[in-house]
Amino acid sequence: MYSAVKILAVCGMGLGSGLLLRMQAEKALKELGVQADVEVSDMGSARALAATADLILTSEELAQQLGGVKPRIVTITNFIDLREMVEKLRAAIG
Amino acid sequence: MADPGPAMGETPLSGLLPPSAIRIGASADDWRSAVRASGDALVASGVTEDAYTDEMIATVEQLGPYIVIAPGIALAHSRPSPAVRRAGISVVTLARPVEFGHRENDPVRLVVGLAAPDDEGHVTALATLADFLSDESRREALMTATTANAVRAMVVDFETKAASAR
Repeated sequence: MYSAVKILAVCGMGLGSGLLLRMQAEKALKELGVQADVEVSDMGSARALAATADLILTSEELAQQLGGVKPRIVTITNFIDLREMVEKLRAAIG
Repeated sequence: MADPGPAMGETPLSGLLPPSAIRIGASADDWRSAVRASGDALVASGVTEDAYTDEMIATVEQLGPYIVIAPGIALAHSRPSPAVRRAGISVVTLARPVEFGHRENDPVRLVVGLAAPDDEGHVTALATLADFLSDESRREALMTATTANAVRAMVVDFETKAASAR
């Protein structure tokens, strides 16, 4: 029995693009058949929450500002393109 | 998510996007005026006060153009604040595309304004809007709509079909 992957969706404010990332990630994970918990975080709390996450999802811009964190960072360019999310998550954890 | 329908306290997209929050062919010379147009539409629909529009602009000044979430689409928003009266969404199509400084998704033709008093009540609406915009033909139909009521009708139609398909 594997424990679920912990994914942190990071955005600036924690309620706009991060929510979109979470929704898309949940759809993509279902398609990939991967068990994971996806949590949304704003930039302010991302570094602390990253300590217990397996993977971070965010934009290229915010990834640069996030700097060095323990989990692997997957950057998403098109937040409403499910294919991009599926392919990048497949490559990272699939 | 396991729950197929809107959860308690969740407002559907049609409930957060009245015709007064939709602007067609707005003129904007730069990203600030494009964001301002989406903020003005939120103010016009009674959802926010002007201060929230400034907060949306400040968000981009602080964190950069990450709000350009897809090619041609910006999701202008800030955090919950006293200037947000309730959850609401605005849709502004631009007369001319505007550069936000995003490496891949510029130029922006559509600005979606989002105001939320908390981090949950707008989840269903945002999910519906993302689904609507994920299809290129629907996106083009929205971009070429000539009236706010036409945009609103597309959204309501999409939402109704999505609900009956569940």
